[in-house]
Amino acid sequence: MVSTSDAKRIVIEPVTRVEGHGKVTILLDEANRVQQARLHIVEFRGFERFIQGRPYWEVPVLVQRLCGICPVSHHLCAAKAVDRLVGGESLTPTAEKMRRLMHYGQFFQSHTLHFFHLCSPDLLFGFDSDPALRNVVGVIQKHPDLAKQAVMMRKFGQEVIKVTAGKKIHGTGAIPGGINKNLSIEERDALLNDMDQMLQWSRGALRIARDYTLQHLEEVRDFGSFESNHLSIVRADGALDIYDGGLRAIDADGNRIFDHVGNQAYLEQIAEEVKSWSYMKFPFIRSLGPEDGWYRVGPLARINTCDFIDTPEADGARKEFMALTEGKPNHITMAYHWARMIETLHAAEKIRDLLNDPDLQGEDLVVKGEKRREAVGIIEAPRGTLFHHYRINENDQVVMANLIVSTTSNNEPMNRAVRKVAEQHISGNAEITEGMLNHVEVAIRAYDPCLSCATHALGRMPLTVELVDHEGKVIDRRAKD
Amino acid sequence: MSQSVMFMIDGVQVEGRAGQSILEAAGEAGVYIPRLCYKEGLSPHGSCRVCTVMVNGRPMSACTSPISLGMIVENDSPRVAQLRRDLIEMLFVAGNHFCMFCEKSGDCELQALAYRFGITAPKYPYMFPKREVDASHPDIFIDRNRCILCGRCVRASKELDGKNVFQFVGRSAEKRIAVNGEALADTDAAVTDAAADACPVGAILKKGVGYVVPVGKREYDDKPIGSDIEAKRPAAGS
Repeated sequence: MVSTSDAKRIVIEPVTRVEGHGKVTILLDEANRVQQARLHIVEFRGFERFIQGRPYWEVPVLVQRLCGICPVSHHLCAAKAVDRLVGGESLTPTAEKMRRLMHYGQFFQSHTLHFFHLCSPDLLFGFDSDPALRNVVGVIQKHPDLAKQAVMMRKFGQEVIKVTAGKKIHGTGAIPGGINKNLSIEERDALLNDMDQMLQWSRGALRIARDYTLQHLEEVRDFGSFESNHLSIVRADGALDIYDGGLRAIDADGNRIFDHVGNQAYLEQIAEEVKSWSYMKFPFIRSLGPEDGWYRVGPLARINTCDFIDTPEADGARKEFMALTEGKPNHITMAYHWARMIETLHAAEKIRDLLNDPDLQGEDLVVKGEKRREAVGIIEAPRGTLFHHYRINENDQVVMANLIVSTTSNNEPMNRAVRKVAEQHISGNAEITEGMLNHVEVAIRAYDPCLSCATHALGRMPLTVELVDHEGKVIDRRAKD
Repeated sequence: MSQSVMFMIDGVQVEGRAGQSILEAAGEAGVYIPRLCYKEGLSPHGSCRVCTVMVNGRPMSACTSPISLGMIVENDSPRVAQLRRDLIEMLFVAGNHFCMFCEKSGDCELQALAYRFGITAPKYPYMFPKREVDASHPDIFIDRNRCILCGRCVRASKELDGKNVFQFVGRSAEKRIAVNGEALADTDAAVTDAAADACPVGAILKKGVGYVVPVGKREYDDKPIGSDIEAKRPAAGS
């Protein structure tokens, strides 16, 4: 451990083009070698506390407010837990398919937003390119067709959410034991009108992500990459399933650490460690301990853990993806983008299939059974596995809540990626350039972290980067609003 | 047949019946006067003051003021609208009204009035009072954070249910709705009581109902509050 008193300290604050606010600190020794690099999420988190006392049926609508990008994930994850509280976890076909449609719409819009709006500037213009161009406005200027696609794809996903949840953001669709509406023929037909275009654009986006990875393989193979465990839920037959399934964890070679673990038993396999320098907790696989038990979640983890994808085009893409590492888990951090676009195509295929399913016009929307006092919901959010755990009292009020958010699980991997890229691109340089620092951010962005979800940050911070010598004197400083 | 009483609202002659309040007579004529503590079937209370109108130039609550021959009522004017807007804003800041997750959203009369008056954010500072919830009853949930002290539950329990479940206690900023026991579970309140349906906001709720009505199908999703009354107004020239 190097103390700040005899080292230079670089701060990237906030990390840009990610959801929420965080900062990176990099400690350098006197020869400018990286001694320590960390991603800090230093905001406080209040949701678990302030939902205490609220009635359980309010929870799916309340907790989704911790995010404006993928609130559907929290809405559905909480709803799955609340289903169990009312004994209504065996949903009717209409209710489950409406929720799945909502979730695929969410994946489609969230992945599209991340890939095009947040990350494409790095991929299209280069990590070191002029920051004045390296942003979404630059994409609009230089690649107007792509920019339009991005907007229209995101809009489509939001429309799917609107017809299932009632609103594009923060809807109320999922209620205890079911759903509060079905899909009208008019709503269905309006979406089907755009379906072929969405599939086509999804194929195109997948091509961009795949080609980028393959064409830059030498660059990205080692860029912020490292071997790790991977975790996701999978369907009983091993298929990729983002709405429901058992937990599966694999090690760096693809060996199963555990498989098909029931949602209610997650605490037997997963624990969380607290560290003093971050408000985020560090989850780990119990059997491996905090040192070795950290794992990655999200698109890369899901493609690595599943046995197959149950839509033909996405499964074809998955096979091509896995062929790159000869069937072994892919550990390339930048391959998150490729995996994410496979899932985007999968979501489009699923939306198409669901829109053609007459169950969505069913009238049987809610089931209820014997009430319970404690329940866990697990779902795959766009950014990875999401856990919601609640206990209620005899008066229907929440008395305990624990959320393990995807970004929390990716906390240790992101820190490793930051450290690795700092070592690769900053270590030993006398002057720290904006481009070098952007390399660090590129690695973080690959994970599509939602820092607001992870700690529920409030407010807006300016970016300040300071290079401080061993006496604490600022020798270089870069700032932006 | 009650005696006919002619009076003026906003320059239009309206015919009411002797003994009617301004609010009732105006409503029958298709003139909407905003209200919160008033509820048809309950005795008028005159406490929220949202139905304030100018009667012969003086502010009076329309729900408690009887009509009289030749009375001149000012209802739809900028100064009356401003007065009502201020009252509604004060109700918002005096409680803890988080519409974004309130299950009454879309069906809430306070929220609907805010929309009708174009209130996007109150100009007064929030008071963030500490208020208690009462979840003790198996079927009814009380969230005093959202209570606007309209007293509809008090009157409904007494006048329609023949009970005395709810009552005001305290004064001024400490005033709150209390129940006839340590907690609601100790009272004879039942989910079938009129009082359980009387609340204009999300302060008294039936447990487990939540968000069963989808967005788009709620009472005030596509029409402003008062539209049903205004629909009774005879078309111009008819």
